[in-house]
Amino acid sequence: MPLIELDAAGVAVATPDGDRVLLEPTTLALTEHRVAVVGANGSGKSTLARMLNGLVAPTTGAVRVDGLDVTKQGSAVRRKVAFSFTDPAAQLVMPTCVEDVELSLRRRERRAGRRRELALAVLERYGLVDKADVSVHSLSGGQRQLLALAGVLATDPDVLVADEPTTLLDLANTRRIGDLLLGLEQQLVLVTHDLDLARRCDRVLVVEDARVVHDGAAEAAVAAYEASVLG
Amino acid sequence: MTVGVYRPGETLLHRLPVGVKLAALALFSLSVVLVRSMPASWAWLGLALLAALVARTDLATLLRAARMILVLALVVSAFQWWIDGPAKAVETLVDLLALALAAIVLSSTTSVNAMLDAIVRWVGPLRRVGVDPERVALTFSMAIGALPGTVTLALETRDAARARGLGGHPRAYVTPFVVRVVARAHETGDALHARGLGDD
Repeated sequence: MPLIELDAAGVAVATPDGDRVLLEPTTLALTEHRVAVVGANGSGKSTLARMLNGLVAPTTGAVRVDGLDVTKQGSAVRRKVAFSFTDPAAQLVMPTCVEDVELSLRRRERRAGRRRELALAVLERYGLVDKADVSVHSLSGGQRQLLALAGVLATDPDVLVADEPTTLLDLANTRRIGDLLLGLEQQLVLVTHDLDLARRCDRVLVVEDARVVHDGAAEAAVAAYEASVLG
Repeated sequence: MTVGVYRPGETLLHRLPVGVKLAALALFSLSVVLVRSMPASWAWLGLALLAALVARTDLATLLRAARMILVLALVVSAFQWWIDGPAKAVETLVDLLALALAAIVLSSTTSVNAMLDAIVRWVGPLRRVGVDPERVALTFSMAIGALPGTVTLALETRDAARARGLGGHPRAYVTPFVVRVVARAHETGDALHARGLGDD
């Protein structure tokens, strides 16, 4: 598994009322296959996740993936680390399913015919091949999230960071997307409110008030989070 | 309007290179605009219909796209009727329909990615003066792709305003709509960034 290192990495933004800390300087080394990040809305989970591929730059410290600095070597890091968002509608930018996957493959494969074959193979793998020429806007929520994941996984990244991938989905699709994510051979960093999914991970980070307050094996960490919420 | 009407197929018009099709559409449009006579207008419309027939554009797509352009064309023609009389108005209406049909045929036989590849090829020589063809192509596709999403946002915002009983108030509708479009643009930017598009 790749090594994700946070070296006293923190994020603060300047506001008219002074600096607001989104994430206190945090030091972590993530090497587990599946790492879940849980915590309240606005606790800093997303900031933590977004730092891992350079979507948010740390204002102090550094973040490295396999030794590559996410700020200085952003392009190389993003080739390694894929990122998926809560709302797939913002992520799907092309009109049809196959074209959206092709967009991911543009950099890797210049020949249009070959690119289409690769994209169709990706859709096949995720059970979406019959939707290849269908508009992305006509898909159901679950299919849309599936396509968004297919799009970011098409380039065979080493790590997938998924920011609340099941929050907008119904039970059946939550189960389906969850099984897909946990079954990936890639390293997975999963930000989620779904504690059942978190329990199936190898390591769980609990984020509260812009800091990691618990870090450990899944059961204990989820129990600690539940205790902190339920009092 | 011409977004998402692409229908895969194997007809002559599907197989023609994008450049040829675009050049033909440009030539056709120019002729329609420049040649001002009633028989010519009907001929243009006939030609456009023939193209639709060759491309096997399905009737539903044609009608759906034509309906939108028809409203616009009728308004323009009504205006012309008033200014120049009925003959000119009918000619304008037929011309506009012919142009719209030709555009729909192009969109329904050309996938966005094929269009992008063509743009990348054409903009290629400008690489020497610092233009990145991939980025230009991506900008085009984003502009096209953003339309249906923006329409969805508009409908959602309108419904939200109605649900709160603010349906008649433009400010209750326009302000959140603009805010949401900008927010969506930020999200899409993040998504592109995350996918490494535009990195190099």
